[in-house]
Amino acid sequence: MAENPNITTMPAAEGLQAGSPAEQIDLTRKPRLGETIIQALLFISGAISILTTVFIVYELGKESLTFFTEQNWEQTNRALGNDIDDLDSEIPIGETGFTLREGDWIRIEEEVIQITSMSETFMVVERGAQDTIPENHPRGAEIFRSSNVTIREFFTGTKWNPQIGQFGIWPLLNATLMVAFLAMLVSLPLGLSIAIYLSEYASTRARNIIKPILEVLSGIPTVVYGYFALTFMTPLLKLIFGNSVVEIYNVASAGIVVGILIIPLVSSMSEDALSAVPRSLREAAYGLGSTKLETAIKVVVPAATSGIVAAFIVAISRAIGETMVVALAAGAGPNFTFNPFRPAETMTGHIVRISGGDLSYDSIDYNSIFAIGLFLFFITLTLNVISQRVVRRFREVYE
Amino acid sequence: MNKDIIQDNTHEIKDYQAKLESRHRRGKAWQIVFRASTFTGIIALVILLLNIINSAFGYVAIQDAIPPEDLAVNGIPIESLHEIDLVGILEEHLSAGLIRRLESETPWEERSRDEILTLVITRVVEPTVEDTWSLFDSIFNKDKVLREQQEKFPESRLEFKSWLSADFLVTPQSPEPEFAGVRTAILGSLWTIAITLLFSFPLGVGAAIYLEEYATDTPLNRLIQTNINNLAGVPSIIYGMLGLAVFVRILEPLTSGAIFGAVDPTTANGRTVISAGLTLGLLVLPMIIINAQEAIKAVPNSLRQASYGMGATRWQTVWHHVLPNALPGILTGAILALSRAIGETAPLVVVGASTYITFDPSSPFSKFTTLPIQIWQWTARPQDEFRNIAAAAIIVLLVLLLTLNATAILLRNRYSTRD
Repeated sequence: MAENPNITTMPAAEGLQAGSPAEQIDLTRKPRLGETIIQALLFISGAISILTTVFIVYELGKESLTFFTEQNWEQTNRALGNDIDDLDSEIPIGETGFTLREGDWIRIEEEVIQITSMSETFMVVERGAQDTIPENHPRGAEIFRSSNVTIREFFTGTKWNPQIGQFGIWPLLNATLMVAFLAMLVSLPLGLSIAIYLSEYASTRARNIIKPILEVLSGIPTVVYGYFALTFMTPLLKLIFGNSVVEIYNVASAGIVVGILIIPLVSSMSEDALSAVPRSLREAAYGLGSTKLETAIKVVVPAATSGIVAAFIVAISRAIGETMVVALAAGAGPNFTFNPFRPAETMTGHIVRISGGDLSYDSIDYNSIFAIGLFLFFITLTLNVISQRVVRRFREVYE
Repeated sequence: MNKDIIQDNTHEIKDYQAKLESRHRRGKAWQIVFRASTFTGIIALVILLLNIINSAFGYVAIQDAIPPEDLAVNGIPIESLHEIDLVGILEEHLSAGLIRRLESETPWEERSRDEILTLVITRVVEPTVEDTWSLFDSIFNKDKVLREQQEKFPESRLEFKSWLSADFLVTPQSPEPEFAGVRTAILGSLWTIAITLLFSFPLGVGAAIYLEEYATDTPLNRLIQTNINNLAGVPSIIYGMLGLAVFVRILEPLTSGAIFGAVDPTTANGRTVISAGLTLGLLVLPMIIINAQEAIKAVPNSLRQASYGMGATRWQTVWHHVLPNALPGILTGAILALSRAIGETAPLVVVGASTYITFDPSSPFSKFTTLPIQIWQWTARPQDEFRNIAAAAIIVLLVLLLTLNATAILLRNRYSTRD
């Protein structure tokens, strides 16, 4: 009673039965253990997604870090030309094997050595580098080269072959960009035209037929598109441009088919944006005497720009991340070329080829694909974030 | 003065009409362009499908090592011979070592007649496909097919072969395209999908309920939502690498079944069905969450208010009122996500699908291959016959997907009539 003075002092409550203290219902919120547990479980389900992202960044980051920091020693197929003692600063070398360059770190037996200058048959070196002790080495001792990867080399090099110490991402990136560019060339005009047709011209009946067809197109697994590229698009290109110009595996075929693959994505996202433009805008345009085309091109499309641009960006990101088509049709082996009719491996294609074979953990190949994966992840993530920003910032809000 | 104005007007009107005509012409022209684009999209789909069917059926030139007619005993063709005679044929034509090996695998008495007949056909008759023709050529260019067969392989017989057959569905993989099937791959796909579903459906729906019904507008919850939207755009191959690093490598004792004592003798690492299923589970999780959120959002608020008004708790409201109403939408979304998972290839290659296995997966800790992986491997081979069976496998995959999608559409239609 004393705890609840309000009720008893209220004049109206005095006359009511409910006012009697014995029948008072406690309406304060009770802690419910079951509810709390359920809420916690649901929260954990939601948090799993964060965990996924954290793991992606952590795992890819960890392996890439190993890739960029660890010193891997690889065989050069070169050997010492003569015995050397611990004081020699000129080392004679055999003539076979890879080119060694100024500034390279090499290892002979247990000693690490840095090359200060280089000629055909001998090199001038600094002995006992990296806290190792200069020693005598016999003639014929094998020379190992350090394949320490610098981030600068990774982003500027034009040759990719981790096995022999070439770590330039450009051949892979270039092929990826070429595929994406060709795909955009196919899917942007077609996708946007289809979207305009569906939202501005098509009758309800036509729309009801065409939209499911496009959905089917988007539901077909990408490996089937890969089959299509290899068995239909490549022969078709050969027929058009000549057998000698177009090679069996080529970037053009993969790019065009990736373009076909993302048409449904572009068209459905763009159509959503076009349909969201209110009718009143169209009617105003018609009222001013515009033709249907002018209404569509000069009023509806500009009003839906943000959505369309977002669709384009998402499509680029999808084309960059597309894997199976390029793995099947674009060819194996990194190749720095701008000729679309030649084979060239993309970043995704390379990851698939390397991991499809026998891959041992912590090998240079294993680490290198994680570095490529991390790079790929950041490219697509950036594109997706930009596309979301575009929608939010440039959206025209209609009432 | 008055006259001038009238003249000006007529001039303007003429000008206007001329322009109007050209504007209409442009409108017509562009309308044709738009239509043509749409048509191109449809044509692309049609060609894609025809191209597959074209390879899955057609004439083949078959060359037998020993024609089956020569094997007939007393004029009875081998198809209707007795087991004992069939074994006799085997013993006559195969080396003694091979016979011993076959018998030590399974004694003759324990083999069925069909099994022995299959052995006779694969080991003694040994039909090899010398050349194949597309369905298009087989129908419209039969003369050319006959001529080519006569020129190149005069000894062979021409047969119309459907690469897609009942045998194709139930036989395991084989190095010979004529005898290869997709049994292992189909079972592998089903196992993987089952694990994907078990993992991602409860988690995905749980996350959606949390975000729609419980989450308040805090920075953490906004982060979860943004994060889910971004995860949906991450290329599938990245999930494969995550699966390789986490499920295959770090959780190897778990995913290889070692801590359950259930190690499959054929696998010594984490490249198992369960790793693949969990990887695909993470991949489709954002999709399931987003679709389930849409479905939950569509449940009218009045239902919740009514439930709270009756004194129900939050979970009671969700469990008894929100979920049942959102269920068709949630299921449709989940099925669509699953059909995405079934068709995924790249992440499974990275996780480590086996390139060649002939035994069925028997537990979550078995090695695996799946339909898309099989299609990929067959397509990547240079020989024509492998392209043919790849086409047949694609048809199997597409039929599987079509069934799933049809279920999703049925579900949607069945429940959407309620409101």
